[in-house]
Amino acid sequence: MDWTGRDVISIRDFSKEDIEFVLSTAERLEKELKEKGHLEYAKGKILATLFFEPSTRTRLSFESAMHRLGGSVIGFAEASTSSVKKGESLRDTIKTVEQYSDVIVIRHPKEGAARLAAEVAEIPVINAGDGSNQHPTQTLLDLYTIKKEFGKIDGLKIGLLGDLKYGRTVHSLAEALAFYDVELYLISPEMLRMPKHIVEELKEKGVKVYETSDLEAVIGELDVLYVTRSQRERFPDEQEYLKVKGSYQVNCKVLEKAKEDLRIMHPLPRVDEIHPEVDKTKHAIYFRQVFNGVPVRMALLGLVLGVL
Amino acid sequence: MTELKVSAIKEGTVIDHIPAGKGLKVIEILKLGRLSNGGAVLLAMNVPSKKLGRKDIVKVEGKFLSEEEVNKIALVAPTATVNIIRDYKVVEKFKVEIQDVIEGILRCANPNCITHYEYVTTKFYVISREPLKVRCHYCERTMEEEEILANL
Repeated sequence: MDWTGRDVISIRDFSKEDIEFVLSTAERLEKELKEKGHLEYAKGKILATLFFEPSTRTRLSFESAMHRLGGSVIGFAEASTSSVKKGESLRDTIKTVEQYSDVIVIRHPKEGAARLAAEVAEIPVINAGDGSNQHPTQTLLDLYTIKKEFGKIDGLKIGLLGDLKYGRTVHSLAEALAFYDVELYLISPEMLRMPKHIVEELKEKGVKVYETSDLEAVIGELDVLYVTRSQRERFPDEQEYLKVKGSYQVNCKVLEKAKEDLRIMHPLPRVDEIHPEVDKTKHAIYFRQVFNGVPVRMALLGLVLGVL
Repeated sequence: MTELKVSAIKEGTVIDHIPAGKGLKVIEILKLGRLSNGGAVLLAMNVPSKKLGRKDIVKVEGKFLSEEEVNKIALVAPTATVNIIRDYKVVEKFKVEIQDVIEGILRCANPNCITHYEYVTTKFYVISREPLKVRCHYCERTMEEEEILANL
């Protein structure tokens, strides 16, 4: 499969073969990195990271991935330090940045911004989150994590807990999981249900979907519990956020009913939806999940740059 | 005969087989209330129709619809047929069709879509015709008929 020059914008653009190809490339690179300590595939290449919205993990893991591939990185971490503050359009920003780099990673608060950036740019563009729409690289690292933990994705019962309405990671993840033979438990307060069109799409693709507000009632069924925080910044008003704040929490008491080998994942940052006491249990794998961001993003960068 | 209930036009366009009740919307979308050539616009509502039971008809004097305009009508009146009239005769007749991709006609209903903030032509994929449902190429949000009509 030749991915040279390809944009990574939405999980919708991916086939199951594409996903598997990225996952196997990530696995190969992770092994190679462990053996050699440092790789040279992207030597002489420059990644531009354009973060119009705050991020810790996504930006740093992209930058780490590029450095580990032997390449270098330029960019900005907030729009206020760029000419965007002077009113420059996204279109002009992209046209400028592509003169300085070989690949662009963009996070933007407006939905569809990454797609527009990809249309404007001649060089490959990778979406690191566009508003509440897509976050495909998070999805790929989530799938990579599940596969690494269980050796498979098919046959698993996966619970998505929390803000299923505004959380872009759960939207992308649910769409990607539809390629696999999984059962999905959508667990959320009534106000934060998964958008109807996504639930319908999942059902159309043959996924068994259960919707509930009661985590305790279903936790005993699950192999994976994927927890997300309330996306405070995407709520239309603070009042609505306060109504659901703290309405769900995973703690040791809730976990008493869980299967022995239940794995708890979280895209992070967390607020109060997983109690810190859970961190030391064998269920908690969210920091291993963070690690997996690097090999997956190395794979994507290497593939779209055509250097692997 | 049905057609004689409103007078014939010499030059222009007759939009027939508009679903009953959608005629005013067609006029509104095509901005026919503000024709610069001063031509008359005739609207017949709730006319008996073999095909539709009841239908609306819009006759526009002195205006020939362009392809882009026809696409706009297709979204509200997928059953419509368009007749181009010259010297009282139908010289061209075609059915409007909802295309697979709708470009530049619709606004996205998602207020946070990048298309509201940047210089860009909107683009939607038709994912279902019955009931009508489209997806924004940019923000990927889907819109159903009611939202589509409100954003034409």
